[in-house]
Formats: sequence, structure tokens, C-alpha cells
Amino acid sequence: MNHIKRLLGILMVMLAVLPTFANGKGGDPNIKDVVLEHIKDSYDWHITNIGDKPLVIHLPIIVNSSTGFHVFCSSQFSEVADAKGYRHGPFNLAIASKGDNAGKIVEIDKSGAELRPFDISITKTVAVMFIDVILLLCCILIPARWYKKRKAGDPAPKGFVGFIEMLVMYVIDEIIKPGVGKGYEKYTPYLLTCFFFIFTCNIMGLMPFPPGGGNVTGNIAVTFFLALCTFIIVQFSGNKHYWKDIFWPKVPTWLKAPVPVIPVIEFVGIFTKPFALMIRLFANMMAGHAIGLAITCIIFLVASRTAAVFLSMSALSILMSIFMMCLECLVCFIQAIVFTMLSAAFIGLARAEPEHE
Amino acid sequence: MDLLVPSTGLLFWMSLTFLVVLFILWKFGFPVIVKMVSERKAFIDDSLRKAHEANEKLANIQKESESILQEAREKQASILKEAANTRDAIVEKAQDKAREEGARLISDAKIEIDNEKQAAISDIRKQVATLSVEIAEKILRENLGNDKAQMDLIDRMLDDVSSAENK
Repeated sequence: MNHIKRLLGILMVMLAVLPTFANGKGGDPNIKDVVLEHIKDSYDWHITNIGDKPLVIHLPIIVNSSTGFHVFCSSQFSEVADAKGYRHGPFNLAIASKGDNAGKIVEIDKSGAELRPFDISITKTVAVMFIDVILLLCCILIPARWYKKRKAGDPAPKGFVGFIEMLVMYVIDEIIKPGVGKGYEKYTPYLLTCFFFIFTCNIMGLMPFPPGGGNVTGNIAVTFFLALCTFIIVQFSGNKHYWKDIFWPKVPTWLKAPVPVIPVIEFVGIFTKPFALMIRLFANMMAGHAIGLAITCIIFLVASRTAAVFLSMSALSILMSIFMMCLECLVCFIQAIVFTMLSAAFIGLARAEPEHE
Repeated sequence: MDLLVPSTGLLFWMSLTFLVVLFILWKFGFPVIVKMVSERKAFIDDSLRKAHEANEKLANIQKESESILQEAREKQASILKEAANTRDAIVEKAQDKAREEGARLISDAKIEIDNEKQAAISDIRKQVATLSVEIAEKILRENLGNDKAQMDLIDRMLDDVSSAENK
């Protein structure tokens, strides 16, 4: 009974959103744009449309253009684009909607050419990431505070603190310890931070409205940085054996000199490992968001069809959405685990002592 | 394609945020939790070990007390036995002594009786002798009241003596 009520509730919410699409665009909405708009970064946080008015959270713009540093609110950009596709703002800046810099802030010089300024604006993804990070800090520091007040002899924590402790100890015992091997303690904080950062961002990304909803871990810059951190840590924890295995591996000599075939392959391997980490997390999370959105959009696609088609397809879409949501919950956890596990394994491989023969 | 190109701004904020979060959690977050958990684990292990030891000690004490009880019981039995032996011995000794004393008394009594008997017999003999002498005197005095009887007697006596000499 409870489940039916919940389903009805979801249906009602979706039907409530329906007119905004119908009114806003008229006719079939462009699904590709809707999905891409969500997945991509943007300078303001578009939540929904109430009637004809868009509900938008404006975010600060920070750019260093040819006229120096500028900090202002994204609401200063005009809402509609001109003929060239520019949404003009102050300081000769504009948001392009066409061309190479589509969706980015550009500086338009006197001749009308686009220049890309140094742009560290708080975009939607950054804002969502800040929220996620604050949540993450609360989730970890509150239990840490709880522990500080207690002694080893006190009873074990229950509820939220117990849950966090369980997660932390699970990651340490099941992922970091077997992956890194001896001396794993040094890497625990980094790997745990990785796990909890990815996990929090993933879970918050599932939420369809603020404070969640952003596509943080499905953004290549975020996964790039995480993979870069792992890459650097792996290279710095590599021992003599690790480097010898790359540049002078145990293979027949003609494979490594005079043409260093295997060393080259091994050397490329250094970079492909974190690259795979980066792409895996990015692709998984982005695909999850894209599929979830696309399935929900079925409802709006069939809205203009006959009632029978509309109702049956909507029901199907809702069922699929629920299924995808459950799957995504799983994927959120699994991707966080996989990233941590592979990072731990790479560190472990770099630190492995040669086997005694 | 621009999905695959990391944007500078996001990269900048991501690096900053992640490094700050990493620093904060490294300093104040995870080590506290991990340390506490390992401390609690050590505490639990220690408590278990202590409980185990206490149990063992208790079992030992029980065993010890049982052995002490057993020993006491044995001692009691042996003491009882010894006491019985001693009592028996004392009784025996007393009996022996009594018997001896009795025997001695009896033999003393016998000797006394014998002595008394001897004394009585000798007394009787004396008395009989005296009596018989007196009787004989009286008889003699009566029989030898005349001369003839006196003469006869002398003769008979002389005969006896002479016959004794002849032999």
C-alpha cells in the first residue's frame, strides 16, 4: 500500500512538471538538449520553470579577462541570446551558445573575435561540489567529534556514527588493506577521502533537486583530478623494483634492447592505468545521469499523443525510472568502491617487493 | 566533444576543494575514527583475555578448593582411624594390665591362702599333738594307774626296742 502511494506521489510530481515543458517550448521538447544541459556545466543553476518563469539560482562569476579580475553575479548576463548567439554581460563578456566555446564565457574584443578568459567561476558543478563537500565534512567530522569525547571502553556507537564507522572500517579492511598490502596505513586517509568524496557526490547526484542534482563525478575535470592524485601517489610510492620492472623488465633481451618495445609499453601503461580510472568513473556516472533523464523524458515525448499511449508509456517510464534509480544507487556505491580499490591496487603494485625465487 | 575536455575553472576549484577536504579529513577526520576503532579492538581483545584468565583462575580455585576439601576429608579419616587405633590400644593395654593385676592378685591370694593353710595345718597339728599328748597322758594316767600295767608297758617297750636292735 505504501509503495502504491509513493508511486502515485511520483506520478503527481511528474504531471505537475509536465505543463512547464508543454508551455515553455510547445510541441516536442528537444530531449538531447535537456539531457546535455543537465550533464554539462552551466553558469547558473536552473532548477525548474514555474509557469513561464524559470526558477534559477544565480552563481558568482569570477574571470580574469584582459581588463583584469572581475567578480559579479551571473544574473547580469542577459537572458536571451543575440543573433550571434551571445548572451551579453558586463566587461565585454558574454556566454556563447554556438561555436567552439558554446556554453562558456568569452570575451569579445573590438574586432568581434572570441577570447577565452581565465575563468574560475563558481559554476553549477562547483556549487554542487561545495555542498557535497560540506555534507561530507559533516558526515566525517561529526562522528570524529563523537569519538573524541569517548574512551575505548565506552560502548560502540549506534545509528549514524555506527554507520560511518562501518563504512570506514569496511573500506579499510576489505579494500585498502588487501589492495595496498603492508604499510597501508599511510595511504588510508587519501583513499578514504577518495571513497567518501566519490560516494557523497554520486549519491547527491541522484537527488533531482537542490541541494543535490549536479553531475559532479560525471564531469571529466573532477575524475581527471582524482586520477591525477592517484597517479602522483603511485609514482611517488613506487620502489626500485617498480621502476626496474618498467625500464628493464624480465623479458628476453631482444624485446628491450636495442628497440625498447616492452619498456615503452610499460611506460605507456603508467599513464593508461589512471586514465582508465578517470574514464571509468566519468563514463559510468554520466551515463547513469543521461539514461535516468532520458527515461524520464519519455513521459514528455509522449505527452502530445493519445491518452492510451501517454498513460501506458508514462507508466512504463516510471517503472523504468524506479528501476534505474535503484540501479544507480548500487552504481554510486560500486563506482566509489571500484575507484578506491583500483587506486589501492595500483599503489600496492608500485610498492610490491620482488618475489623471492 | 567538450564533455571530454576538463574545464580550467572546475579543475581549479576541484583541486582546491579536494586538497582542503583531504587535509581536513587527514588531520581531524579519519585518524580519529580509525584510532578509536583500533583502540576499542585492543580493549575488547584485552577484556576477552582478562575474562579468559579470570575464568581459568576461577576454575583453578575451584579445583584447588576441591583438592583441599579432599585432603581435609582424608586427614579427617586418617585422624579418626588413628584415634580408633589409639583407643583400641589403650583399651587393650588397660585390659592386659587388669588381667595381669587380677592374675597377680589371684596368685598372691593363693600364696596367702597356702600360707594360711600351712599355718592352719601346722597349728592344727600342734593342737592335735598337744591334744593327743594330753589325751595320751590322760590315757596313760588312767591305764598306768597300777603297777602291773606300768610293768607291762615297760616290757612291751623294751621288746620293741630290742626287736628294733635285732633287726
